[in-house]
Amino acid sequence: MAAEAGKVDPMKQFQIEPLFGSETWELAGGFNIAFTNSALWMMITTILLWAFVFGGMKRELVPGRWQMAVESFTGFIDDMMEANVGKEGRKYVPYIFSLFMFILFANLLGLMPIGVFGLHPFTFTSHFTITGVLAIISFSIVLVVGFWKHGIKFFTLFVPHGTPIAFVLPIALIEFVSFLIRPFSLALRLFVAMMAGHVLLKVLSSFVIDGINNGAGTGLIVSIPSFALMVAISALEILVAGIQAYVFALLTALYINDAEHLH
Amino acid sequence: MPQIAQLAETYSSQIFWLLVFFGITFFLIGRGMVPKVMGTVELRDKQIADDLAAAQAARDAADEQEEAWRARENENRAAAQALIADAKGKAAASTEERLGEAQQRIDSQIADAEASIAAARRDAMTEVETVAAEATQDILARLAGAKVDKRTARSAVKKALAQ
Repeated sequence: MAAEAGKVDPMKQFQIEPLFGSETWELAGGFNIAFTNSALWMMITTILLWAFVFGGMKRELVPGRWQMAVESFTGFIDDMMEANVGKEGRKYVPYIFSLFMFILFANLLGLMPIGVFGLHPFTFTSHFTITGVLAIISFSIVLVVGFWKHGIKFFTLFVPHGTPIAFVLPIALIEFVSFLIRPFSLALRLFVAMMAGHVLLKVLSSFVIDGINNGAGTGLIVSIPSFALMVAISALEILVAGIQAYVFALLTALYINDAEHLH
Repeated sequence: MPQIAQLAETYSSQIFWLLVFFGITFFLIGRGMVPKVMGTVELRDKQIADDLAAAQAARDAADEQEEAWRARENENRAAAQALIADAKGKAAASTEERLGEAQQRIDSQIADAEASIAAARRDAMTEVETVAAEATQDILARLAGAKVDKRTARSAVKKALAQ
């Protein structure tokens, strides 16, 4: 696809490539576990996140800026769980915090302008294999907690309070379907949002390049407005990176609330 | 779209490495470090709350002491006032008593004096009457040669004196 010289392929940024000759690494069952650029960026995300939180572990009584930043993130998640789930929500803070920060760092790292140095940032949250696994983990927690706490009564989740008897069956059906769709919507929302933004930026960047290649006139008319738009959309993408991480964490919190309290 | 085009060859590697790194994130950072960070925050909040509580307790104690001091002060003041009132009352009573005694003495003296004055006047009157009666008898005897007994003379004198 990227064979044509001088053309920007907006999809190439999502290409997964094995690194360090690891394409033959396999697990026992014949599953390929090549260390790809995607895995590399997961590793970078994990290391940076660890470094970020580690910087806030000084445990000082009067926090410095770094500690303050880390504490505001943990406090933010803590408040979110407290508000959406209540007292029982506190035990999910480690998971929600990991989820939120992992996605947030991944989204933001994918936007880093390190292309300037000839490197290629890779946004692994723009792959539904990744967002799907995260969504399935969240959904599994909901199911496990729900059935652990309420047993068979967990199914009453599908019948809201005050449903007239005649409507119990259709409403339970609708609720059940909407419940089953949750992991898909959770996974697709993040994947689509991240992918769309990156594709848009790449398309606009191809406008900039092609405009300049076509001569000064088109460069002026096409490239400059496109570039201005890129700057604006980059800012928007930073916002989206935060919002999507937040939405993922918030929805997981809400689903956990359903599992904890039914309706 | 590489997400779909490469799905078959990459899904296992994607899932594997995600589980590895998200697992590290969750167990090392989420379970290991986040509770410590939150513990620090909690510790700080607790310390601040304790300090505030201590300050509040100290203030309450001060208020209580002030209240007690005020009550004691009021008690003392009331006692002093009572003492003063008592002394005043006693003084007034004794003054009144002495005044009453003096008044009584004066009154009895006045009464005695008036009685003696009245007696003196009565004596004087009797004397005057007697003298006048005798004088009337004398005058009548000398001028008219009439003898008037004492009683007639006296009643006549009384009549004349009353006019």
